[in-house]
Amino acid sequence: MDLLRNVPFVCVLLPLITGIACAVLPRRGSKFLCFVTVLVLTGANAYSIFRFVSGAEPFTYPMGHFPGPWGNELRSGPLESTMALCLSLTAFLSLWAGSGKAGVHIPRGKQGLYYSVVCLAAASVNALVYTNDIFTGYVFIEISTIAAGALILSRQDGHCLAGCARYLVMNLVGSGLCLMGIAMLYGQTGHLNIDSLRRSLSSPPQPLPISLRTVIVLLTVGLGIKSGLFPFHSWIPDAYSYSTPASGALLSSFISKGYIFLLVKIVVRVFGLETIRASGVCPVVFAFGAAGIIMGSVSATRQSDIRRMVAFSSVAQIGYIYMGIGMCTRDSIIAALFHVAVHSFAKSMLFSSAASLIASSGDRAQMDSLAGSGRRNLPAGIAFTVGAMSLTGVPLLGGFLSKIYLSQAAIAIDTFHAVAVLLTLALSTFLQTVYFLHAVVNIYRPKEKSVHSEKQGILSGAALCAMALINILLGTASVPLYRALLSGFLQF
Amino acid sequence: MASFFRGHLYEAAAMILFAVGLTTLLLHRNMIKKIIGMNIMDTSVYLFLASMGYIRGRSAPILEDGVVSAEHYVNPIPAGLVLTGIVVSVSVTALLLALTVRLYKRYHTLDIDQIVLLARKGDG
Repeated sequence: MDLLRNVPFVCVLLPLITGIACAVLPRRGSKFLCFVTVLVLTGANAYSIFRFVSGAEPFTYPMGHFPGPWGNELRSGPLESTMALCLSLTAFLSLWAGSGKAGVHIPRGKQGLYYSVVCLAAASVNALVYTNDIFTGYVFIEISTIAAGALILSRQDGHCLAGCARYLVMNLVGSGLCLMGIAMLYGQTGHLNIDSLRRSLSSPPQPLPISLRTVIVLLTVGLGIKSGLFPFHSWIPDAYSYSTPASGALLSSFISKGYIFLLVKIVVRVFGLETIRASGVCPVVFAFGAAGIIMGSVSATRQSDIRRMVAFSSVAQIGYIYMGIGMCTRDSIIAALFHVAVHSFAKSMLFSSAASLIASSGDRAQMDSLAGSGRRNLPAGIAFTVGAMSLTGVPLLGGFLSKIYLSQAAIAIDTFHAVAVLLTLALSTFLQTVYFLHAVVNIYRPKEKSVHSEKQGILSGAALCAMALINILLGTASVPLYRALLSGFLQF
Repeated sequence: MASFFRGHLYEAAAMILFAVGLTTLLLHRNMIKKIIGMNIMDTSVYLFLASMGYIRGRSAPILEDGVVSAEHYVNPIPAGLVLTGIVVSVSVTALLLALTVRLYKRYHTLDIDQIVLLARKGDG
């Protein structure tokens, strides 16, 4: 039995089993088991990329020995395993960096349950990445919504309760729209398996029937709401900011990216780029993406709480990804996926380092009270600066490359897209410089009076340094990543 | 138009219920009514799926009297989807209800707008 063929199945099943074990194990045991699980997922995905690079073909894995369209299937190829590796690695680093604070924020008796929910989230995101069945996709969308709700609620605090309520309401609207879209798609094609759907939708009647357009709109809007696309972003800051830092990092850089990858899968594999372009959703998604970049950045400049600033910057970064999807060409979608990886690594680092900076400033999150925290807590200061520089688009860091890829993709389409993307990028880079520079200058400003500084563990410092290193590598040595995305897209 | 609705009565009803549920979930301020809205929305999709899966004159796909021809039975998949969907919506409803109990214990109101305001004022 080839080990490679079992990787997708293991990535979904293993966290589900260890998640149950985490719920009953003692505190330390569950934390250890959860870390090991996420590390095994990272290793397994790295192994499958290694095999794909050395010549293995993409494959489908029948669950329960029935091949599609009768049985449920998982599919793996270079694109899926690259995405799953990036996301699992982010999840591992976010957990590592946030584990100290998680021990403080979460009541002692409930920590096993917290790690159980993290495992559930890991299983659902891996399932979203690997599934070859659109209804399984829906089920895991809901499972990750439940996991995300529990991650926010892990901190027993009024902000988290209210944030979770808003998060769940908006997300359930999104999943309801997705479910209706999937039901209508099933009604029109009679298939749920993505390969069969692709065959039956390979040459749709022209002009595209309204029923098919409706399905595309429902699925795009549903998944757009769930990943926080402008103008459905109002729940983001409350949900991401106030929970324990590991939860914020996981929500913004792990769970929301699962939805985005599912959308890319639906756009590319189910309908195909031609049909999506004919449906007329592309300009709308493109416009919402661009508007999200500007509005998210403008809102971020107005925040005085550093966590809310980082959360609003997520709105802008999600805008970049949707702008790439909205251009709907091969290069633009690869640029969007590259930005998914860049944003995952940078945003999890920003959330974790912001939490460390807050902890070394007497648990106050206002910009003014963070003065000097970058000196008191060296690794967090460096990590925050690197993350801010990467997302602003400073050369030699990942964010710069994704902006380059996006502009190249836009220039290749036509003048309108080129002008629109370049203008949006220019304006957003300006705005991002304004708010990130404000924050970075603030954390290195000399302090006026002594503050109570919480001692930071060496472990979380090491995690932040590892994240900073990965972000620098993304900017300087990311050609293999881009190649893996390209070859994966061609075989997708 | 009238004949279209007569032919697709259940689908049309499902769409209307979906719209009712979605609006309630999105626009109502009371948490309990939001949860009811979500359930109406999900149930409307089940009605939609079930009405697509039913073919007049055919029976449930359980082998009876040795009739093996597929022409005698309806497709079991929509029913399977409905069952899966029910399980999912029950678990989400449970989570939301638990959250609502917590919110009510803390803020003594079910109005989401007031809860958000109180949360901003209270623990800020």
